[in-house]
Amino acid sequence: MSDLQSALQGARFDGYVSVFEAQPAGMIQLRADLAEDAVAHAVHRATGATIPQPLGLSTGDRGEALWMAPDELLLRVLTDAIPELLADVQDDLRDHHHLALDVSAMRTEIRVEGAAVREVLAKVTPVDMETLKPGTVRRTRLAQVAAAIWLSNDETAHVLCFRSVATYVFDVLSVSARKGGEVGAF
Amino acid sequence: MTSYRLTTPGRRIVRGRRLNFTFDGKPHEGLHGDTIASALMAGGRTLMGRSFKYHRPRGPVTAGHEEPNALVGTGTGSRFEPNQRATTTRLHEGLRATSQNRWPTLDHDIGAINSRLSRFLPAGFYYKTFTWPAAFWEKVYEPIIRRSAGLGRPPEGPDADRYEHFYAHCDLAVVGGGVAGIAAALKAAREGKRVLLLEQDTLWGGRSITDGTMMEGEAPADWTAARIAELEGMENVTLRLNLQGSGVYDHGYLTAYEWVAEDRPGADAPRHRLWRIRAGHIITATGAIERPLPFAGNDIPGVMLASAVRDYVSDYAVTPGRRVIIVTNNDDAYRTALALLDAGVTVPLVVDARHEAAGELARQVRDRGVEIATASGITAEGGKEVTGVRVVDIAGNGSGGRLVRCDAIAMSGGWSPVPHLWSHCGGKLLWDDAQGFFYPDPDRPPLGADGMGMVSAVGAAAGDLTLSRAGLRQDSKGSLTEQPTRPVWVMPEGAGPDLRAKMFLDYQNDVKVTDVQLAAREGFVSVEHAKRYTTLGMATDQGKLSNINGLAVLSAQVGNSIPQVGTTTFRPPYVPISMGSIAGAARGDIFQPLRRTPLHDWHEARGTRWEPVGHWRRPFCYPRAGEDPHAAVMREVKNARQTLGLLDASTLGKIVVKGPDAGRFLDLLYTNMMSTLKVGRCRYGLMCSENGFLMDDGVVARLTEDTFLCHTTSGGADRIHAHMEEWLQTEWWDMQVYVANITEQWAQIAVVGPNARKVLEKLGGMDLSRDALPFMAWAEGEIAGLPARVFRISFSGELSYEIAVSANHGKALWDKLLSAGEEFGVMPYGTEALHVLRAEKGFIMIGDESDGTVIPQDLGLGWAISKRKDDYIGKRAQERVHMTDPKRWKLVGLQTLDGSVLPDGAYAVAEGTNENGQRNTQGRVTSTYHSPTLGHGIAMGLVLNGPDRMGEVLDFPGTDSTVHKARICDPVFYDKEGAKQDV
Amino acid sequence: MLILHCPYCGVDADETELSPGGEAHLTRHGPGSDDTDFESYLFMRENPKGPQFERWRHAMGCGKWFHAARHTVTMQVFGTYPAQTQRPPQEILDRISAAQPGWRWRDLGDEGQRA
Repeated sequence: MSDLQSALQGARFDGYVSVFEAQPAGMIQLRADLAEDAVAHAVHRATGATIPQPLGLSTGDRGEALWMAPDELLLRVLTDAIPELLADVQDDLRDHHHLALDVSAMRTEIRVEGAAVREVLAKVTPVDMETLKPGTVRRTRLAQVAAAIWLSNDETAHVLCFRSVATYVFDVLSVSARKGGEVGAF
Repeated sequence: MTSYRLTTPGRRIVRGRRLNFTFDGKPHEGLHGDTIASALMAGGRTLMGRSFKYHRPRGPVTAGHEEPNALVGTGTGSRFEPNQRATTTRLHEGLRATSQNRWPTLDHDIGAINSRLSRFLPAGFYYKTFTWPAAFWEKVYEPIIRRSAGLGRPPEGPDADRYEHFYAHCDLAVVGGGVAGIAAALKAAREGKRVLLLEQDTLWGGRSITDGTMMEGEAPADWTAARIAELEGMENVTLRLNLQGSGVYDHGYLTAYEWVAEDRPGADAPRHRLWRIRAGHIITATGAIERPLPFAGNDIPGVMLASAVRDYVSDYAVTPGRRVIIVTNNDDAYRTALALLDAGVTVPLVVDARHEAAGELARQVRDRGVEIATASGITAEGGKEVTGVRVVDIAGNGSGGRLVRCDAIAMSGGWSPVPHLWSHCGGKLLWDDAQGFFYPDPDRPPLGADGMGMVSAVGAAAGDLTLSRAGLRQDSKGSLTEQPTRPVWVMPEGAGPDLRAKMFLDYQNDVKVTDVQLAAREGFVSVEHAKRYTTLGMATDQGKLSNINGLAVLSAQVGNSIPQVGTTTFRPPYVPISMGSIAGAARGDIFQPLRRTPLHDWHEARGTRWEPVGHWRRPFCYPRAGEDPHAAVMREVKNARQTLGLLDASTLGKIVVKGPDAGRFLDLLYTNMMSTLKVGRCRYGLMCSENGFLMDDGVVARLTEDTFLCHTTSGGADRIHAHMEEWLQTEWWDMQVYVANITEQWAQIAVVGPNARKVLEKLGGMDLSRDALPFMAWAEGEIAGLPARVFRISFSGELSYEIAVSANHGKALWDKLLSAGEEFGVMPYGTEALHVLRAEKGFIMIGDESDGTVIPQDLGLGWAISKRKDDYIGKRAQERVHMTDPKRWKLVGLQTLDGSVLPDGAYAVAEGTNENGQRNTQGRVTSTYHSPTLGHGIAMGLVLNGPDRMGEVLDFPGTDSTVHKARICDPVFYDKEGAKQDV
Repeated sequence: MLILHCPYCGVDADETELSPGGEAHLTRHGPGSDDTDFESYLFMRENPKGPQFERWRHAMGCGKWFHAARHTVTMQVFGTYPAQTQRPPQEILDRISAAQPGWRWRDLGDEGQRA
């Protein structure tokens, strides 16, 4: 495992919320017609999850499926399971027009935790963070880059950004989380 | 020093909490809650600044954000901020304030001579005077003007404070927490709407608290407290003080400016926060601002708006004088007389422009023994402070008149609604002739996305000064009846030029009644022209006090009604906001995104010189101790040619294109035929825009029968990916193709040089022999135990493998290559060595040889344009006359006769001159380097008929008047046969 | 600062999530087309002061291209719709006619009001 190096190498910042790099996950980008049964089957087989609703996230016993676009999902599973699960998905969909790729190293997940996660994110994204429901995945702008943001509960936010800007996003979130910057509006 | 602090209560100050501050270095004392202005005034100082042009002594006119005069610098060093309004800047312990635009001191200012010369400094003075000689501008006029005119100096050095943005969303944003705003917010909140109520002040309730009128039968303070308490208890409501509505933009976008730690310098908190609000609807409850009266001497320190005098008395328990004369054209100013009398200040006289003063408030004042002079105006007497007034006939020419002594004047020219936020996004105004103000026309609001009005005005901001329409302002006896205002635009109305030249309209920019009249006489009759000619309303206060009076003077001069003349455009921000708040957190390391490759930290630790490529940072070169960048580049090039170089190529764009129609799609995208590429092979390809111009290039690898991997330029991945999606989604949506930009999934390392194969074989893994992996082939396997894709492609002309591994493995592979390569003398090389290597080989670079006007045919790349295809993006455009013109400049190599390096971008001159008298040109340099391999300068360039002129010598004049001579040659300087890369 | 509804993911997207793509409903003229058609395709635009059909990409969101019908002066948005069409939906055309009687844009417009 010493050959593996994540983008942020476990960086962490504790302000009035905590900002830290999440454990790397295995990720499969899947582009396909999400209405096809074969796709639902492949997703279920890989993750145990159903096809999520638009802007949604569904969780299964082996992973989760994030809705990225009308013809695109991001499957998040255990890193070690990737080669096998990717092969399974490709095999399940061999007769269907699709694209399935290992993109595990391409994105970094940054976790934001604390009572004020909504307002900290509201400093950097035009999404209405006050009303965003847990389980809704918003691909949006975070400061000056693209990111996906979702809450798993009212005190835990997940930010998925591209690897090359992981340091930028981490720094932006850390600045937003600095003590003294409490807004108290939500 | 005499104290002007009253013994009456001041609702903003805390008597026991004294604060020390300095003004121009001298110690002063104030109370917690004071502004700089109220504290200075309590110490008897009204002179707080000098005016922009004439250096006239000035004191505060207002007690709020509309202040034009009392501007000071606050803080020191990296926390210095110029042009802060003393009337709103709260004191804090140790605050340091400095006056502006004076020398040597505020009280003795040499520049005040300008005031004596004011008759020689009329409107448009600069335009008229300094027209010639042109050379004098830079050396003589401008430095003098810059030194003698102006306001605060800009701060020096980086700003020590931090700032941030905040995005908020609501159904209704109410700007203004006076009674009208509170009532509007409460109504919407009770209906269940999501409401944001913001107030620029530190307290709720607005003017009503000071003016004391009963609200729905309650005292305004009680009324306000009860309703704010109710709002605070509601989940759907956000209440914010110290937050000022700043600008209104399309689709309910409202910016607001929050003072967070303004009065706590050094605190670990943002100084300002810029709110970016998306509101379903916006209500402006921004109240009204009192207008000054244009009488001679209306700018002498001690002349203030009547409402401001009232505010200082009731808010800060401070009076601007011991004997205060009121001058007015309306009933409201009588409230100031009453407030002063209640506080024990002498009011010797009220001067009323109207023929009678019969209202209830006037009666109360008269009953307290104050003389009221009706049908009268004044001229003010004094220099650095008011010494008295002359009471003159309102209709007369201002001559004669009795002198009445006083030390302050409270003036009121009536009130004007604050229409700024209403107007920012296109809301139109109506003119109220009786009250003399513009107010929002409810039938012509700014429109939102749904085509309906997105802004409403309420209360005084809507022109409902008495709040009677809002149904709010009632006491137990019903509404107070007020006598109508009499608009007064020049006081006295028959004043001659001498008096008019002392009537200031725009205090901050020193625009007088005579200036506006002169502008109109000189033909600047459009309000926008007159504004720019005179600078009326162009100062940092944007004419909040001056606009209506100025318009009235202009309209009288040009003989049009005020609504015909119209207003100038209201633009955000309402009040100047800090540059820091606009930048927010985007400064320093996070000024903009910086894209890092998986090897970034290694490069950084190596002391690399960086080159920005888009948002990426790529190593330019890796200088060793004592080595300059040029020497480092030469060393890196030679090492790659002679033994072994490593390049971090991770930034190279990588886009997967997959589907039954992938080949067909790529045939349309590239000028080449890609569908015939065999699985396992690579092909160099060109992409053009529909205009025909070259936009990107790179190697395409066929991964499987229906899957291709397209490499793009480093800066180009996002753009080309978007380009592909655009064509797939908007033109060829019937094609079955999926694309994915997986650039960042991979770390890619180019292993380059005669020993490239040896080092990889040493690491072990897949077969990389010439037979197993020939030039322009790719294969998948393992290198040093890491899953990898290996591409035998070369941008250097040497034996070269590009190894792609998971980004998470990039650092591991790099380390293994470095240690395995030690015996071969491995060295990393940067982008500059890459450039030299490719230029020696005559390979073009997007952005050097191409610039958005170059087509592949110009670059001798006709071989990469398929003749067998019916169509590709750009094909039709390349058939246009201009594209097939034989006179298009074409790519050649250039070699100087003396071996030197041609200047980058230099033009080759031709005989004769063009119609502008410039030398004709016949070519230009696109890339130029010193080649360490060849030992002389090499260059590429685009030259008229270039390929047909081999051996000809061209002249390239440099910027230093030298002429560089270079011979046209083949652009491939090194290994023309391509033998070295194919071994 | 516009807000446009992305018809693909259903988000009311802030303008900063979007990238603009110029005028919509262009007919591509490729090889074999005459100079006039090609010029028209490549360079000629309606650029109206009034209702406009334009292309946007939800670049920071779901990545999809869509079309918007928007008034270039009032910023009123009459509707957004997927890009895979040659012609705006009738309900959007009706909405424009209701708001802007007599409007015209290329061969589209308010027939009832045309002189």
